[in-house]
Amino acid sequence: MENIEDLIENFSMLEDWEDKYQYLIELGEKLPPLEEKYKTDAWKVSGCQSQVWLIPEYKDGLLSFKGDSDAIMVKGIISIVLAIYGNKSAQEIKKIEVEKIFAKLGLGEHLSPSRRNGMMSMVDKIRFYAQNLEK
Amino acid sequence: MFDVYKIRKDFPVLMQNINGKPNIYLDSAASAQKPDCVIDKMCRVYKTTYANVHRGVYALADEITAEYEDARQTVQKFINAASAKEIVFTRNATESINLVAATWALDNLHGNDEILLSEAEHHANLIPWQIVAQKTGCTLKIFKIGDDGSYLPEEFTKNLNERTKLVAITGMSNVLGTIFPVKDITTAAHQVGAKVLIDACQLAVHQPIDVQDIDCDFLAFSGHKTYGPTGIGVLYGKFAILQNLPPYQTGGDMVEKVTYQKTTYAEPPARFEAGTPAIVEAIGLGEALKYMLNLGWKNITSHERELIRYTLQKTAEIKGFTHIGTAQNKGGVFAFRVGNIHPQDLAYVLGKEGVAVRIGHHCAEPLVNRMGYTSLARASLGFYNTKEDIDAFVAAVKKALAFF
Repeated sequence: MENIEDLIENFSMLEDWEDKYQYLIELGEKLPPLEEKYKTDAWKVSGCQSQVWLIPEYKDGLLSFKGDSDAIMVKGIISIVLAIYGNKSAQEIKKIEVEKIFAKLGLGEHLSPSRRNGMMSMVDKIRFYAQNLEK
Repeated sequence: MFDVYKIRKDFPVLMQNINGKPNIYLDSAASAQKPDCVIDKMCRVYKTTYANVHRGVYALADEITAEYEDARQTVQKFINAASAKEIVFTRNATESINLVAATWALDNLHGNDEILLSEAEHHANLIPWQIVAQKTGCTLKIFKIGDDGSYLPEEFTKNLNERTKLVAITGMSNVLGTIFPVKDITTAAHQVGAKVLIDACQLAVHQPIDVQDIDCDFLAFSGHKTYGPTGIGVLYGKFAILQNLPPYQTGGDMVEKVTYQKTTYAEPPARFEAGTPAIVEAIGLGEALKYMLNLGWKNITSHERELIRYTLQKTAEIKGFTHIGTAQNKGGVFAFRVGNIHPQDLAYVLGKEGVAVRIGHHCAEPLVNRMGYTSLARASLGFYNTKEDIDAFVAAVKKALAFF
């Protein structure tokens, strides 16, 4: 899994969108693919413009996630989201201001609650899992 | 003389830059941009003549009612309806189709009846009929189109029989661009006693429509796609049919006489326009259709034909560019894939280049799946698009190719 501090630093060195996108694609290529058996409707995040699957994992009181998509840049975004939300307690997940982190990365347009382009539904799903864990 | 560069100046949104680059707007099939005359007209109505319609006896009420009804006459002229009474203002084509489903279909369809649709229907011309089938027990039949997206007359005829009570068909596919021969389809449907509803959302933007010549029973289109405002749509229905329909919604302005116990309803179209309608939007739509008629269908279609030819020629130069929907008779809607690039990835890069295309299932998920995909990119043309737009689109796709 990527380290979010490293990602923020790496992105900060990229000035134009072409380089940022190139890096997103690299991250997408590095994201380990999900086993085919998980690529079912049950694990699909609805509301995305590409197919996105998200699997929660729970170990020692901490949540982590695996994810995949059929779009490479979306995989890159998933890679960042997984870095942000990896190995966190439900309480910690609740406090994370993911929009601010994406703004810092210079990718704010890809993750904002006002856009219905789907990336946010992935975060909603993560928050949903965290909430249900608390109960 | 049709001068596209002059016409573009009527569309303020097209004159803006996007990310510091010219706005290459290739998403008119989703919604078209509006000319100044529409925006100004609506603004002027709000500033000078605004009041409610059909109610007051004062000067403003008279004036706005006249403008609202004038817009209805413009729609009548636009599709050559026999009477303005056959023009019902709705919110959009979706509501128009739902209106027919909730009134005519629920009243007239039963267990043994069949509704016939093509594989190329937009969700708005599919889901309302699914509901009707569930409620009445009638059967929904879908006839096949070709793998290239073309209309297959034998598939249509094969599925048409004396049980068919309604043929609901798009005039032009919003994904494949295929133009369906709606007049032939209507003639055949009428021979077995079926009614015909045409979803003309795309067709109305690209070709002149003559409902009397087609002889269809219902026809629907949306104002926002014909360069008019959002929130206004049209349902055309033959008056003899509309006259026998129950109301869709009930309330003000659609009644003849009301007591506490009973109501008799107004004649069409008022019967189907309950409550205060989208007055200013209707007037704006009238203005948009006048704008189109002033440009002239010959000019619009010949400009678009040349653009289609140019688009096909230019996209053929892109490695891996695949058109989905290559029917002979096709309008300016191009669904495509580029190599193995996911449409969403492609759209990210195109967006940065100021090129607006739509991606996804285009509200026609079964069709996109039937063509073998879960997602498609789509570029669509309006009469304001230029060869330079196509060049910029092609350049942006080539740039994207370098990324992936």
